[in-house]
Amino acid sequence: MAHGHDDHHHGPAKGITRWLYTTNHKDIGSMYLWFSFAMFLMGGVFALVIRAELFQPGLQFVEPNFFNQMTTMHGLVMVFGAVMPAFVGLANWMIPLMIGAPDMALPRMNNWSFWILPFAFAMLASTLFMDSGAPNFGWTFYAPLSTTYAPSSVTFFIFAVHIMGASSIMGSINIIATIINMRAPGMTLMKMPMFVWTWLITAYLLIAVMPVLAGVVTMMLFDIHFGTSFFSAAGGGDPVLFQHVFWFFGHPEVYIMILPAFGIVSEIIPTFARKHLFGYDSMVYAVASIAFLSFIVWAHHMFTTGMPLAGELFFMYATMLIAVPTGVKVFNWITTMFKGSISFETPMLFSIAFVVLFTMGGFTGLMLAIAPADFQYHDTYFVVAHFHYVLVPGAVFSIMAAAYYWLPKWTGHMYDEALGKLHFWLSFVGINILFFPQHFLGLAGMPRRIPDYSLQFADFNMISSIGAFIFGFSQLLFLFIVVKTVMGGKKATAAVWDNPEGLEWTVDSPAPYHTFSTPPLVK
Amino acid sequence: MNDAPSHNSSSEQAAGTKGLVGKLALVVIGMFGFGFALVPIYEVFCEWTGLNGKTGGRVEYSATQEIAKERLVTVQFTASNNAGMSWTFEPMVHQVEVHPGELTEIRYRARNPTMGRMVGQAVPSVSPLKAADYLRKTECFCFTQQVLEGGEAIEMPVLFYVDPALPADVTKLTLSYTLFDVTKNFEVSAPLVSEL
Amino acid sequence: MLLKNKLWLGLMTAVLALASTELFAAWDLNMMQGITEISRETYRLHMLIFGICVVIGVGVYGVLAYSLIKYRKSKGAVPATFHHNTKVEMVWTILPFIILIGMAIPSTRVLTQIYDSSESELDILVTGYQWRWQYRYLTEEGEEVSFFSNLATPDEQIYNVAAKGENYLLEVDQPLVIPANRKVRFLLTSADVIHSWWVPEFAVKKDAIPGFVNESWVIAEQTGTFRGQCTELCGQEHGFMPIVVEVVEQAEFDTWLAGKQADAAAIAELTNQEFTLEQLVEQGRTVYNTYCVACHQANGQGLPPAFPALTGSAVATGPIEGHANTVINGVPGTAMAAYRNQLNPIDMAAVVTFERNGLGNAVGDMITPAEILELQAAAE
Repeated sequence: MAHGHDDHHHGPAKGITRWLYTTNHKDIGSMYLWFSFAMFLMGGVFALVIRAELFQPGLQFVEPNFFNQMTTMHGLVMVFGAVMPAFVGLANWMIPLMIGAPDMALPRMNNWSFWILPFAFAMLASTLFMDSGAPNFGWTFYAPLSTTYAPSSVTFFIFAVHIMGASSIMGSINIIATIINMRAPGMTLMKMPMFVWTWLITAYLLIAVMPVLAGVVTMMLFDIHFGTSFFSAAGGGDPVLFQHVFWFFGHPEVYIMILPAFGIVSEIIPTFARKHLFGYDSMVYAVASIAFLSFIVWAHHMFTTGMPLAGELFFMYATMLIAVPTGVKVFNWITTMFKGSISFETPMLFSIAFVVLFTMGGFTGLMLAIAPADFQYHDTYFVVAHFHYVLVPGAVFSIMAAAYYWLPKWTGHMYDEALGKLHFWLSFVGINILFFPQHFLGLAGMPRRIPDYSLQFADFNMISSIGAFIFGFSQLLFLFIVVKTVMGGKKATAAVWDNPEGLEWTVDSPAPYHTFSTPPLVK
Repeated sequence: MNDAPSHNSSSEQAAGTKGLVGKLALVVIGMFGFGFALVPIYEVFCEWTGLNGKTGGRVEYSATQEIAKERLVTVQFTASNNAGMSWTFEPMVHQVEVHPGELTEIRYRARNPTMGRMVGQAVPSVSPLKAADYLRKTECFCFTQQVLEGGEAIEMPVLFYVDPALPADVTKLTLSYTLFDVTKNFEVSAPLVSEL
Repeated sequence: MLLKNKLWLGLMTAVLALASTELFAAWDLNMMQGITEISRETYRLHMLIFGICVVIGVGVYGVLAYSLIKYRKSKGAVPATFHHNTKVEMVWTILPFIILIGMAIPSTRVLTQIYDSSESELDILVTGYQWRWQYRYLTEEGEEVSFFSNLATPDEQIYNVAAKGENYLLEVDQPLVIPANRKVRFLLTSADVIHSWWVPEFAVKKDAIPGFVNESWVIAEQTGTFRGQCTELCGQEHGFMPIVVEVVEQAEFDTWLAGKQADAAAIAELTNQEFTLEQLVEQGRTVYNTYCVACHQANGQGLPPAFPALTGSAVATGPIEGHANTVINGVPGTAMAAYRNQLNPIDMAAVVTFERNGLGNAVGDMITPAEILELQAAAE
């Protein structure tokens, strides 16, 4: 449209060098998204190994030590390889388009922050083939299991985490610089799309806590190789200190994985409800308060470590408070749909499922916040069900919703709506069969991270495993749909949807290689 | 927050970006440092609240220390070995009754049954947590490392008193020590049996 | 709308009623109520918060479902244009806050109760090991009753060769025994990594942390057998270190404790008796399958490089004193623990003899419990 002629000077280079040397935010966004999907499949295979072993009581397929490697690698790959890079990919693609910027603020660093990621994960994955085996101490790697008692591959794990951290930090700096400095004239902060807002706050969270993660793995490295005693009681350290530092990173980290999801559904729901987002200002304040609260609730992961009563009470109250801004967001989304004119395209289906199932995860989160009750829930499948409800139908569904929503803008083709709906329903049914029974398992007393269980847990585990395979294999359908859309399909218009809001819909579909070389004017 | 939208000329924008990136990089470095700063912060916080059950360091016993004659508190002693530690290690009395404020001495016994020199470090812990701050030690073998030649045995004293400010509902304290083998952090003159 | 609300209310009450029936417990769908005041309080708190979540959920999902059905484009719905309403937004910020205060009050009360460990009548030191629990009864005279509690489920059941028993993976060789209706205080620590000691029916879950002693307590109101598991990932056999607690009447407990004390004395005496190689190998096999098999494997091949093979190894086929010393004192800096604090001299002699004359080794020599004692004292 108005900017369709902007790409007259040069298009993408040809061949592999296009991807190796690219500084184009769209290319880099695409690479992030493909990489994260590859990691999603890899982490998914690890998950299916876990669910296959847990299909029946007894040890059938893997040894306990390998099982522990699978739970560890599944967590690490999904968190750092699938969810986070997917959001960074979406940010790369969409933030410049949404704020009317020609590219990211630091395009060369952008290239670098992507290209170090494959090396980090190659290093992490290579540990699976080492004599000592891969890391087997859980993605939370509590000391001293991850230090004194760790397999020798822990050093590779530490370096891989360092590289992932560097990638995230560079990505975040880039996103902040882009949002602060490159907005089109007239786009004040309070006019920014919600996705941009949530990413701005997420990026600040990332630069605040990824260095702390780097710090904690560095301390581990020193404990293991240089004789320090940060986490060893023998030398005056404290294993519980590890958990404090880890969760000081870890709790903001879980919000890093959900805030951009909030932004995505806040974009999609108004489009398909054909109504403005309800309570934009309160949405922004709610995201900011959640981000703030994330720094003062970390020890709710540690209720059973034996904190003093006053500490338990403080972290319990602070954690309960998170329900307030989270509630505001859910109420706003529902009120956006209330008295709208709703249609049910695939992105909307994923977004509605997000609201419903994320809220479920929120409820169980509130239950877990209650310290005395947490003594019964802690480290059981109830917790597993809780965080998978917020991360899979939460973060992952939002990413899929985003993919369907913006795929026509990226490729210029409409995806196959019937297949998209099939993918949604398979995922939705699969996910609930997979994770809902895990609530019951946890309440009945099944601990997490065990390769074998007593007989009373057999039925629900079998149901859960069936759901896992349904959900897992449905994602191949997603791959097929995306490839099919890239290859061809019905031409998409610039607006794609029915009068959606946002600058990204003012450029052609597919979005030209260079957009907004001349900034648009936002009124 | 509603700052003016910026879409200035590209050179101004580049300068703005440079300054912002510099600031953000400082935040990153600062937070990396903060991760390490959490270590001493935690120490201080623990000492202040008794958070991790650690008793404080050496204190001086004042001759004018008030003694709560009307109150009796039971102090239990336990000893544990970390898995790699082969010494025998036990308290010589298992519990005593003391008046808060009164200085008491008890002893632990340790023996190195191996043929080589070993170095041990005992780590104290007090239960209940809220009492940790009130158990004051004027002397403790846990303040230093113990070096025992092969076959050598030692009796190790602990001198302590219970602060009379101990909350009224605490009637029993447990002082536990865990003994760790820290030999590998030191040069060992004689080879260890287990290395044979 | 009003009628609809009433309908929802009715439905919700039905759900709550169902949730609290015995049926749920029988299906293992819900938290167990347990056998202590604390566990029942915890259960009630859990049901209260769950109930509140159900009520809120019915409201939220109700409005959502209503909107999705009523305001469909396919039914010709025309979108409204409002996007802001300060009053409504204030209400749904403040109302949840008030509900949270309502939740915080009973939670604080129960938590305070749990933290009151004073006036205990029996103290037990629980130590987590990779991968077993040790229980030591603390008495004024010391700890003469002390034992390890190991998984009793045979490998054949775990590897699906034999049918699984009723208490598969939740059975141990020696359960913890405590008296009913007495305040029993647990002091929890670990000898290696972090473990966590959980018995759901007591609502007791506390981490066992090396170098740090945690505490918890229970007043069991019913006699019986109660089972739990380790709930903190502690390595390879994390799923195989269950907890079994027998709650018995005080009189029975006293008898049991006296019996245990007599057992300890008997072992000391037995140590000086004569054993044949066959006797030691036979007993050593049992000890091996309990303490050594996880790392060194049933066939003695180990899991190199962390856990070396015993079959044909320099230690297990070399001088017997060196072999015995390895078992007694462990190997610093490796996963090999010092078993002097875990096994009695008879078991140590038996397992050393077994490792030399089983697992494909045939050295033909043996070591007696008395010789083990001598070795332990040798350096003096």
